[in-house]
Amino acid sequence: MAQASFSDKSEEQRRYSLRIYFIGGVMLLLFGVLMARLVHLQILEHERFQTRSEQNRIQVQPVAPRRGLIYDRNGVLLADNRPIHNLAVVKELAGDMPRMIERLDGFLDLGEAEISEFDKRLKRRRRPYEAVVIRSHLTEDERAVLAVHRHELPGVEILSDSVRHYPFIELLAHPLGSVRRINEADLERLDPVMYAGTEFMGKLGVEKFYESSLHGRVGYQQVEVDVHGRIRKELDVDHPVAGIDLTLHLDLDLQVVADAALGARRGSIVALDPRTGGVLAMVSKPSYDPNKFITGISGEEYNALLMARNRPMFNRAINGRYAPGSTFKMAVGLAALTSGATTWEETIYDRGFFRLPGQRRIYRDWSWQRGNSGGQGSVDLNRAIYRSSNTYFYTMASRMKIDRFAGFVSQFGFGRPVGLDIADESTGLLPDSAWKRKVRNEIWYPGDSVNLGIGQGSMLVTPLQLASYVNVIANRGRIVAPRMLRDSSRALEEDLATPKSLSIVGLSPEDWEKMVDAMENVVHRGNLGYRQSGTAFPYIGQDISYRMAGKSGTAQVVEIKQGTTYDEKELDEYNRKHAWFVAFAPADDPLISVAVLVENGGGGSGVAAPVAREVIDAWVLPRMLAAARRASIAQGTGE
Amino acid sequence: MNIDFVRTLRTGGTAEPPTRVRFEILPEPVLLPLLVILMACGLGVLYSALHGRTEALSAQGIKLAAGFVIMLVVAHVHPREFLRFGPVLWLGGVALLVLVHIFGEVAKGGQRWLEVGPFPRFQPSELLKLAVPLTVAWYLHDRSSPLSLGDICVALAIMGIPAGLIIVQPDLGTGLLVLAAGGSVLFLSGLPWIYPAVAIGGVAAAAPILWSFLREYQQQRILTLFDPESDPLGAGWNIIQSTTAIGSGGLMGKGVLQGTQSGLDFLPEAQTDFILAVIGEEFGFVGAMGFLVLYILIIARCLYVSMIVRRTFDRLVAGSIGITFFVYVFVNVGMVCGLLPVVGVPLPLVSYGGTSALTLLFTFGVLTSIYKHRNN
Repeated sequence: MAQASFSDKSEEQRRYSLRIYFIGGVMLLLFGVLMARLVHLQILEHERFQTRSEQNRIQVQPVAPRRGLIYDRNGVLLADNRPIHNLAVVKELAGDMPRMIERLDGFLDLGEAEISEFDKRLKRRRRPYEAVVIRSHLTEDERAVLAVHRHELPGVEILSDSVRHYPFIELLAHPLGSVRRINEADLERLDPVMYAGTEFMGKLGVEKFYESSLHGRVGYQQVEVDVHGRIRKELDVDHPVAGIDLTLHLDLDLQVVADAALGARRGSIVALDPRTGGVLAMVSKPSYDPNKFITGISGEEYNALLMARNRPMFNRAINGRYAPGSTFKMAVGLAALTSGATTWEETIYDRGFFRLPGQRRIYRDWSWQRGNSGGQGSVDLNRAIYRSSNTYFYTMASRMKIDRFAGFVSQFGFGRPVGLDIADESTGLLPDSAWKRKVRNEIWYPGDSVNLGIGQGSMLVTPLQLASYVNVIANRGRIVAPRMLRDSSRALEEDLATPKSLSIVGLSPEDWEKMVDAMENVVHRGNLGYRQSGTAFPYIGQDISYRMAGKSGTAQVVEIKQGTTYDEKELDEYNRKHAWFVAFAPADDPLISVAVLVENGGGGSGVAAPVAREVIDAWVLPRMLAAARRASIAQGTGE
Repeated sequence: MNIDFVRTLRTGGTAEPPTRVRFEILPEPVLLPLLVILMACGLGVLYSALHGRTEALSAQGIKLAAGFVIMLVVAHVHPREFLRFGPVLWLGGVALLVLVHIFGEVAKGGQRWLEVGPFPRFQPSELLKLAVPLTVAWYLHDRSSPLSLGDICVALAIMGIPAGLIIVQPDLGTGLLVLAAGGSVLFLSGLPWIYPAVAIGGVAAAAPILWSFLREYQQQRILTLFDPESDPLGAGWNIIQSTTAIGSGGLMGKGVLQGTQSGLDFLPEAQTDFILAVIGEEFGFVGAMGFLVLYILIIARCLYVSMIVRRTFDRLVAGSIGITFFVYVFVNVGMVCGLLPVVGVPLPLVSYGGTSALTLLFTFGVLTSIYKHRNN
């Protein structure tokens, strides 16, 4: 019994041991699998995982370069960079999101639009623990409130950034342009490396044209980050190279004067330095606050800006296209001289209207009256300029072949961009027979030439083109392209074609001087009797202390039917004529050339000329005074 | 034998006179030193995984020390007491599991914790890790071999009821451990070979049906195992980060506190379930192998003890302890290495956390008791 029990036991033990050995074998096999896996991970694939762990840990973060600053010619900062503080939330750390938003709303009064924007951004693909901006541009008070309640707001961070700021707001919105947020379409064109970490780029004006120079070169920092993306250690830095600082020809004081001279009226002023072509002032009114596009603008506000009838975002100086009107007459006169259509001596008789041979239609002078009376009497080119005789220039235009005429006139910059470094400039329109065939599918009629003779018809120019044109006359035929940039802190990134020194061909120096004399008469000839004064004399010529050459112009907006007159006051404001005045001074040695446009302003001499006078006074008088002082000192020391 | 003792301990009135137990500091010469080494090394790794936060580290040290003392105390309880109280423990455990279902507190997406009066939070499922093998062994230790179908069914019920309750909590990891503990007893007690063979075949055949019973997050865990890159920031994150940690450690590791995966928080659950990744990263292949060898030695010792003891109950319990411990290690290491789906099983005696360590040390106390009382 005991024996059997014992052997039972040993038999049971033996069978048990067998099972243990079996289990042990299975365990060893499975441990073998684990060890093989460790060999695989740690020895065979070590390098791959090593790299992977480094990629986890080390992040190469772009460091956006500081955008180049923009100064005026006297070193006044026109566009700088400002620190801003944005409020961002890390979803993973914030806990219950609706409650967090409610709490933030209590401190900051978030708008509904802001919250829905935030929700949208939150749904976009992002790294875990990436902070999402809910409000940009925190005020100091808001930051203080948030700092006090910091402990109640887990996952809420204040991020600092640097953005463009335009201290002169509306004054320089058009010439400087502005930066705007980089959008999807921009990303397709931009170098993703250079723009890593950059949110804004120049999209208008100088900011756009010199984008490559202003942007600078992106830098990188190699940092060790934790899983939350928080930087624990800086490992290596490749510093960014700040953008190139630009100095413009623009003179802030003159810009202020020009802006004020135009006042609340719609219009544009372009002032050039005749010697360099430098743009001394560029006004387009109304204007807008470019900072709004950086600090954030509501869709409503943006639409209001876009849809406003007075078009504040439209840069009239380079994109406004208007008929040049009588300001074009110098070009017609010069063309007639080169083509031999007339001489300085020839006179014609102006009866107040012009008729093409064999046609009934009459082309009216501005002095035309009912019953075809009026007119300027006997006019030569000089008198035709200072009296602005339409009849004279109708006659001259009808004498010239259109394509030769247009070819000559285009040398002044009509029908093509004239600026060297001005982005998105409109070309205007200089019609000729090819254009008419192509666009209207018609031949060029003599009547088209007649209209072109006084700057009406299809012809369109921008204020910049007109300033450039009068600048050519100021320079006695030498063509100097307008430009914004005066100097830069380093060599530019942009390839700027060096301006060719070109001159208008086919005219003698005497022709230019005589044309300038005629333009001086526009301003200075006065007190000589009925129909003898320059057109601008009554408005600006009576108290002027230097010699100014100018020409007024009035561009029709609506066509006047044959045989009718109209009352300017009855017309809708936006259908009234545009007032032009172009001028340069001093006439002998010009310091400034100006084109003034007052949209729907009425008569050029009465409305636009005083504006031009104010601008030119502000530029010329201090310089004349300084020259006089220098001269008297030189005289004093010489004795 | 009860003549010359210096210090005696009466074990809670359960021991019958004249049985008096002589208290020994080292009642088992192999297992206990191995456990001490394992826990010491584990604390070292934990120091790193906790980024040198010494308060948490000393709290864990105290828990382990307390567990060790409990183990020594349990070692002096005669195995027959476990035989007697196993079923009681089982009944109580199952009752508590039912209570958890009704009143339990939800933590980390599962209903596992029970708060009772002044006691610290407590998981009844831990109790079953011990109660199930004891009860299965209690039921089977005097059945003659081969086991009848009825006995097998009873044994399956003893482990299946609590395991089912735990799995629906849902806590798949603990449920599997309970099944492993009970199943190992069943296997060791002479289950005919045909049953495990049929069971494995059956599970394989029923896999598609079982699949549909799994919760979505459990299915996701299994799917990401095969292709962690399919969801690198979601379900695949843990596997990718832990294999990266281990792989980047290489042969010798990055050094103590030099692990970037754990130090920079890329590795989730670095102090708890994924601590092996910290070992692999900072101590390399050598360190990870060192831990595996320690585990192998401990398991081998358990199996050896189970072979030298005379009573069937003791044998079954000891063998089951070894096998369950193996399942612990294998599931955890397999999961961290990306070989098995992510189930909540800690690395025994190394992962941060008191409850599982306490249960484990208690079972090692049982094993020590079995060894110590092998001759009486």
